[in-house]
Amino acid sequence: MASELSVLFRRLRTWAMLLALAAIPLLIAAAVKLSSHPVAPGRGPPFLDRITQNGLFVGVTALIVSVPLFLPLTIGVVAGDTIAGEANLGTLRYLLVAPAGRVRLLLIKYTAAAVFCLAATLTVAAAGALAGVVLFPVGPVTLLSGDTIGVGESVLRSLLIAAYIAVSLLGLSAIGLAISTFTDVPVGAMAATIVLSVVSQVADNLPQLEWLHPWLFSHYWLGFADLLRQPISWASFGDNALLQAGYILAAGALAYGKFTSKDVLS
Amino acid sequence: MTEVSPPADLAIETRGLSKRFRHRAAVDGIDLAVPRGSVFGFLGPNGSGKTTTIRLLLGLAAATNGHIRVLGGEMPRQLAAVLPHVGSLVEGPAFYPFLSGAANLRRLDSADLHASPSTRAARVDEALERVGLSHAAGKKVRAYSLGMKQRLGIAHALLRPRELLVLDEPTNGLDPQGTREVRSLVRSLAAGGTTVFVSSHLLAEVEQMCTHVGVMSVGKLVAQGTLHELRAAGTATIRLHTPDIEAAVRVLSRLGLQSELSAASHGSDGQSLVSTGSPGHDVAPEAIVAALVADGVRVRGFGVENASLEERFVSLTGEGFDIAG
Repeated sequence: MASELSVLFRRLRTWAMLLALAAIPLLIAAAVKLSSHPVAPGRGPPFLDRITQNGLFVGVTALIVSVPLFLPLTIGVVAGDTIAGEANLGTLRYLLVAPAGRVRLLLIKYTAAAVFCLAATLTVAAAGALAGVVLFPVGPVTLLSGDTIGVGESVLRSLLIAAYIAVSLLGLSAIGLAISTFTDVPVGAMAATIVLSVVSQVADNLPQLEWLHPWLFSHYWLGFADLLRQPISWASFGDNALLQAGYILAAGALAYGKFTSKDVLS
Repeated sequence: MTEVSPPADLAIETRGLSKRFRHRAAVDGIDLAVPRGSVFGFLGPNGSGKTTTIRLLLGLAAATNGHIRVLGGEMPRQLAAVLPHVGSLVEGPAFYPFLSGAANLRRLDSADLHASPSTRAARVDEALERVGLSHAAGKKVRAYSLGMKQRLGIAHALLRPRELLVLDEPTNGLDPQGTREVRSLVRSLAAGGTTVFVSSHLLAEVEQMCTHVGVMSVGKLVAQGTLHELRAAGTATIRLHTPDIEAAVRVLSRLGLQSELSAASHGSDGQSLVSTGSPGHDVAPEAIVAALVADGVRVRGFGVENASLEERFVSLTGEGFDIAG
C-alpha cells in the first residue's frame, strides 16, 4: 500500500493535477480581488459575492466550481490509469507474478484512488482558505440557516464539505477502476470515465429522466448545502454515502469479475 | 526423447497444455518436462507459442485445456504458494519510467507479500551489483538503454533466492559482452541448484548454456530432451574411403544408412562413399568401423559429421521467415 501511494505521489503527473486544482481557488480569489466592480449577488458561482466580505468563502466557491468538471477530470485520470496504466507499462505482469494477488491489487489500487479523491478536494479547500486569508478579511460566517459561526467552526465546515465531495467521487473512482480492467490503453479508460461523469450530470439535468435522477452517481454531488445549516442535517450526507457505496459494490463486482479471470497478455 | 521422470524431479511439468485465442491455437497440447537442476532451452521461431506457454506457466493467462505443475504445485490453483519461488522475465523487461532502477525493484519486491521489507534495500543492492547496474541504481529508468533495462529485468528476477528462473529471451538487446555475462550468470545460478527455463530463438545461445532443449513449432512441442539426445537424433553424415564399395554399401545399409558414391573423389586406391542417415546414439562410429572391418571392407578413411543443432532446428521447425500466424 505504501508502495502504491509512493508510486502515485512520486509521479509528476499527480502533482501537476493537484497544482492545477490548487490554481482554481487562486484564480477565483485573484479575479475577485482585482476586479473593480463589486460582484452582484446571485451572479456567477454561489457565494462568489460573499468572498470580498469573508475570505473563508473562497474555498467553498472553488469546490463548487470544480465539482462538475475539474475534480472528475483528475479522478478519471487516476482511476482510469489504475489497471490499464500498469498493463500499458507491462508492469502488471510483473506485479502479478510477484505474486501480488489479483484481488489484493484491485483493493490497493482502489484505496490509492480514494486517497487521491481526498487529496484533491483538500487541495482545493486548503488553497482556497489560504488565498482567502491572504487577500480578504476573515470573520464569522453566516450560515444558510441564518446562524453565525466563528472562524474555527467554519474551517471545520469547509473540511466537512471537502470530505463530502471526496465521498461523492468514490463511486466515480470505482467506475474508473472497473473500466480500467477492460483495456490496456489507459487514455481510453480515463476518457471513458470522464465521459461517464459528464453523461451522468447531463442526465441529472433532464427533467424527462426524473425517475433516474436519484440513481445517478452525480446526483448528490452538489448536495452539501445541508452541511451549512445549524444544526447540521446529515440526511444528504447519508443518502450520498449510501448511493456511492452502491456504486462501489456494483463497479467493484464488475472489476473483480473481469480482472480475476482476465488473461494478462500485455 | 526423455523418459517421463517421476513428478517430484520435475520443476515444470505440463500435460496436454493448450491455449486457444478465438479460433487459433497458440499452444496446442504440449507435454513439457523440465527436470529440476537443468538449464532448459525453450527454442522456437518467433510466434511459435513460447511466450504464451510462459504466460500459462506463470498463471498470467488461463489455459484452455491441460494441466500444469510448477515446482510440484498445481497452477494456477497454488499460484500464491508457487510464484514466490519463481523469478521471471516475461516478454521483455517492464518498469515505471519515472522511477529510478532501485526504486523500481523496491516497488516490485513490495508487491510480493512474502518478501521481507527489512532486507529489501540490501537485496536490491545485491541484485543490481550482480548484473552490473550499481552505478545506475539512482538513475530514472526512462534514461536507461534497452540493454540496461534487460539487466534490470534480470536483477528483478534475482531479488530473492529462487528455485526456478523463467527467462524469456534474456539476451534480447544486449551487446556481445552482456550476452556473455548473462550466459555466465545462468551457469553460476544453475551451479547453485536453480532450475533455469530460458526461451530463445538463438540457437548458439541455447547450445552454449543449456543442458536440455525443447523445440516449439506452430504451437506444438516437436522435440524435447537433453542437448545431446537432440543432436544425436539428427542425421549424421559418414564419409568412408575404401576400394571395396559393394561390400561397404551392404554393411552400411544393414546399419540403416543410405549410401551414395561421392563423385568428387576417385583415387587409385579406392572411392569415397558418403552415407547419411540416423544411426542413433546406440551405434557408435567405432561400431560402424568394426562392422565394416569384420566384413572385410578395407577402411582407408572414415569420418562422422554430426548435424549441427541449427540443421536439426530447421528440419523441425521449417525453413524461412514465415511467422506462424
